[in-house]
Amino acid sequence: MSQSLFPRPDTPLRSEAGPYFGDFGGRFLPEALVPALDEIREAYEKAIVDPDFIAELQRLSREYTGRPSLLSEAPRFSALAGGARVLLKREDLNHTGSHKINNVLGQALLTQRMGKTRVIAETGAGQHGVATATAAALFGLDCTIYMGEEDTERQALNVARMRLLGAEVVPVTHGSRTLKDAINEAFRDWVTNVETTHYLLGTVAGPHPFPVMVRDFHRVIGEEAREQVLERTGALPDAVVACVGGGSNAMGIFHAFLDDADVRLIGCEAGGDGVATGRHSATIGGGSPGVLHGARSFVMQDDDGQTIPSHSVSAGLDYPSVGPEHAWLAEIGRAEYRAIDDDAAMDAFALLSMTEGIMPALESAHALAGALALGRELGEGSTVLVSLSGRGDKDVDTASRWFGLLDDPSDGSDGSDGSDGAAAPRGDLAALRDLARSTLPTDRAASPETAGPETTAAADPATPLTEEENR
Amino acid sequence: MSTTARLRAGDVLERTRAEGRPALVGYLPVGFPDQQRCIQAARTLVDNGVDVLELGLPYSDPVMDGPVIQQAATAALAGGTRTHHVLEAVEALRGSGAAVLVMTYWNPVLAQGVASFAQRLAAAGGAGLITPDLIPDEAGDWLTASEEEELDRVFLVAPSSPRERLSHVVSHASGFVYAASTMGVTGTRDSVGEATRGLVERTRAAGARNVCVGLGVSTGTQAAEVGAYADGVIVGSAFVKALMEDLAAAGADGADPGAEASLDAAVPMPRLAAKARELREGVESARSGVRA
Repeated sequence: MSQSLFPRPDTPLRSEAGPYFGDFGGRFLPEALVPALDEIREAYEKAIVDPDFIAELQRLSREYTGRPSLLSEAPRFSALAGGARVLLKREDLNHTGSHKINNVLGQALLTQRMGKTRVIAETGAGQHGVATATAAALFGLDCTIYMGEEDTERQALNVARMRLLGAEVVPVTHGSRTLKDAINEAFRDWVTNVETTHYLLGTVAGPHPFPVMVRDFHRVIGEEAREQVLERTGALPDAVVACVGGGSNAMGIFHAFLDDADVRLIGCEAGGDGVATGRHSATIGGGSPGVLHGARSFVMQDDDGQTIPSHSVSAGLDYPSVGPEHAWLAEIGRAEYRAIDDDAAMDAFALLSMTEGIMPALESAHALAGALALGRELGEGSTVLVSLSGRGDKDVDTASRWFGLLDDPSDGSDGSDGSDGAAAPRGDLAALRDLARSTLPTDRAASPETAGPETTAAADPATPLTEEENR
Repeated sequence: MSTTARLRAGDVLERTRAEGRPALVGYLPVGFPDQQRCIQAARTLVDNGVDVLELGLPYSDPVMDGPVIQQAATAALAGGTRTHHVLEAVEALRGSGAAVLVMTYWNPVLAQGVASFAQRLAAAGGAGLITPDLIPDEAGDWLTASEEEELDRVFLVAPSSPRERLSHVVSHASGFVYAASTMGVTGTRDSVGEATRGLVERTRAAGARNVCVGLGVSTGTQAAEVGAYADGVIVGSAFVKALMEDLAAAGADGADPGAEASLDAAVPMPRLAAKARELREGVESARSGVRA
């Protein structure tokens, strides 16, 4: 018997390998694609017991991605989280700046083994698109990335990165012009070109085997982190927190802990303007069971089963469904899913930057906001592991608008349409800076150029920053 | 409720077989440009030679549709089209002489409840469902409900389908099997794929009595070519395009949110009628070489 790269442990939850997770999952897609899905499943099952594949993926992981990724302490940030010890799993330090590269390298190797010469992918924030374009360059594959037009505007830096890497980026102009429509367009391309083309799906959603395969390629996040936390603290963490859009980084880090019953698993969905407003992406918190993009899962939908457009400040979480394994973990109560609204996520984005010198992706900022709230619930002596799934360079433009850092808002390429480019800032950076300074020793905690009356109000760390709606 | 007997797709295909020709199957999305004119357009198709109607339930995420049908479906949804409008359109068209199938992505059916939707469809006089993103493997509830309500289950096969998938699909289908002529989405194409005849033959060899070919057929010549070996020819985007041209010519293009107010807003549809006649002539000439 050969050793599998992804052993199925003989424990109740970690052994699940699809096609169904409870009532969720399956293959709801055109018959024309069934042979391609079968081919991927067979190639995948062969590859993960093939020593050559295992060795090559492990070499790339080490020499190209830079694994294992670090586990960082975050002492000043922890002070804002009720004194809980917050540990950061640093997927932001991977090559290309997020966890996405783990899955992309695995699937790119499979693409080669299947004899295909072209990859296509959807992307929301652009992180998966950049990772796919990177792997396409590395392996010499043709590459087309579908991206909602709205996302190409708010993630312009990543669009440029993909094009510089040699990929074709196709802005998708119909529907809600975001991630879901990019996926529709990628499916249309795939069914047309399936003979030469692999659809390098970027999250744990879609038809079987994607949810299982993508999760397996990301399992390394949780397996490394579990070892690192044990070694560092001598115990398992009290909770693991990750952001959930489709849910790939969350499944990657949760998987190692699924059968550790004492470890709470917390998925942070994007609450947008607040779940009550309807303008959000909290699929588990605010959706219902249905079928979208090939799998049965939770879907944001109306009474007729029409998809309701999602909303989030974070393009990578702006998706109206979620991976079926998350739907199942929510249903059986193994994981909890909370909605983090835009305001709380943006605050956490700035606070991690100012307390630790680490600028997170807006997606990961949702997990950090969740950790701030959870830490206050768990209190001192607890340990909270956070999946820091990506870095925030791509989000500087969004954050600058949010906090009013652009001197002349009309000086940008957008804003010319008279929309919110020139709107008043929504976030108070000065108040957040004071809050960050409150974590310094008492004699240094006051703001140096102190302390106009407008900067003191928010300096009490006990003031709740977040208004999550617990499910 | 009308008491007109419900026509099944298989009934119509047996009739056209007896006539020595393939059937003409015509697609239109419900609610485009509004409910009344969609029904008018469907009647126009039947009056000009369409044997089986395929009414599309407009869906927000139609991954099997190309730009023309996407545009019409998006307009229909923006105009307020709901699932009940589809059932009402079926009801309005029962007794038209055509069998009336509904083409729908699966989530709108799940949202209604599979059994309940099947009951309402049968009560409205519908023949059954064409389900582009439902494979028999995932169709347990629908297999049961369609047996109970005596509804057609039209599943798809594609040029990529290997023999075991063809057998699997054929053994679960009823009415006819929908053979996609090419790998791809709906839309008009210059030529219908070379592999199509082979796919139809393989599907028959897998046990199908009726195999209809769709995707890309837009002209009478293509219909004659495909009809030489298929039991039916399915046309969608070409009809939607012709309808769009008629609406534009009448200054009535685009979805009308005030559909209720446009009861008497019948517009001339000469292009749609001409397109249907062209395709009907195509299917009628399809076997002439064989018979002569």
